[in-house]
Amino acid sequence: MATCTSSLFYGPRLLPLSGRRSSPELSWRPQQVVLPMAKFELRTPPYALDALEPHMSKQTLEFHWGKHHRAYIDNLNKQIDGTDLERKNLEELVKLSYNNGNPQACFNNAGQAWNHDFFWSSIYPGGGGQPVGEVLELIERDFGSFEEFAKEFKAAGVSQFGSGWVWLILKDAKLSVLKTSNALNPLIWGYIPLTVVDVWEHAYYLDFQNRRPDYLNTFLDKLISWEAVAGRLARAKAFVNLGEPTIPEK
Amino acid sequence: MAATLLMKKMRSGAETARTMLGFHLWRRGLKTAMRQQEVLPDLPYDYNALEPVISAEIMRLHHQKHHQAYVTGFNKAMEQLNSTSDPQTIVALQSAINFNGGGHVNHAIFWQNLAPPKEGGGEPPEGNLASAIESEFGSLDKLIAKMSTTGAGVQGSGWVWLGLIKDMKRLTVETTANQDPLASKGLIPLLGIDVWEHAYYLQYKNVRPDYLKNVWKVVNWRDVAKRYDSA
Repeated sequence: MATCTSSLFYGPRLLPLSGRRSSPELSWRPQQVVLPMAKFELRTPPYALDALEPHMSKQTLEFHWGKHHRAYIDNLNKQIDGTDLERKNLEELVKLSYNNGNPQACFNNAGQAWNHDFFWSSIYPGGGGQPVGEVLELIERDFGSFEEFAKEFKAAGVSQFGSGWVWLILKDAKLSVLKTSNALNPLIWGYIPLTVVDVWEHAYYLDFQNRRPDYLNTFLDKLISWEAVAGRLARAKAFVNLGEPTIPEK
Repeated sequence: MAATLLMKKMRSGAETARTMLGFHLWRRGLKTAMRQQEVLPDLPYDYNALEPVISAEIMRLHHQKHHQAYVTGFNKAMEQLNSTSDPQTIVALQSAINFNGGGHVNHAIFWQNLAPPKEGGGEPPEGNLASAIESEFGSLDKLIAKMSTTGAGVQGSGWVWLGLIKDMKRLTVETTANQDPLASKGLIPLLGIDVWEHAYYLQYKNVRPDYLKNVWKVVNWRDVAKRYDSA
């Protein structure tokens, strides 16, 4: 999310002619000059901070989005300020700074900034339940049944030792579950993420304390936005052929 | 008649042998099972003893839920390990054993590393440890500052340690990720500060540096010194 900021700049400015047909006068006056700067902004989630109650408390959102996510953005901006990484968009920055497994200093903040953006858009008030249409078809194709998917997703969540994320991804034109640790995300391996749940303790500790399995159940039953998954899948189809490639006749 | 008696004797001899073997195997099995069962150690103080530095709520959850889960997980993984000889299964169990076993080892040290102020928590170290800290870091304050900064910088979950390089008898500050024990870096653990979010979140929320600033008030330097002297 690059933004342009304006800034004061002392430079020459032409003064209007004042009745004389001679060359215009120059005067050194302050003027507005627009300097492009890549500074990431903390985007607000697409719902009020208390809209996910009682499944995810307002207090959690206030800390998780308002403090943790904000800190990743602020620290990222400080880290890339004045470097050539400043002009990249966030997705490019994540992949670049991962540096094929030898991450640069700003990778952590970049990855976490991207992950949290993706997470807030992956949940919604009144979410949860089962998907419909093509998403459900693909889940049944690649996991056997929705129940099998849910089981695998939750198992990945409880077995992610330490901090991390659990993703539903599109990999090699098939849906699969992926767990990553700390700030890692599927972009760095070229997979397409469709949804995610944050299993860092700060994501659930205020509401569930140590009960990560309960949090994962609540995520699937009450929070996950299958509409978001459908939208991302539709966009992914511009790049991935999900079915068998057909040779057109004639 | 003699033959029958003889055969009876032989039969009972074989039976006895089988019974003895069975008994020994049973005893060995029992020993094995007993050796593998780890138990959650009691805290050497009440849950509220470290207030206001660490709340009773955190201590209770940390001990009764998190540490207990590591103990239970470790025992379960070891049981599965002992009931298989398939190499693939054995290898697959390693991460569960390491994670849960490490969690158990680390927390058992941690509870001893802390003490309420009236039992020595926060009192500066004396003796050999104090001199070693001074010679390695300059002063206790400098060590504390270094451990706090290092702990705040741990990405994700992990621990910050004061460890000992055994053969050089030299102190060093080190971190481990997740529940990796300090032994995995070839060092002897003297003092560990848990910087997993569950260790402080309910009280300090996202402000890990505040937790690290305050935790020194309940560090039991006498326990740390004991570990140093006996290493």
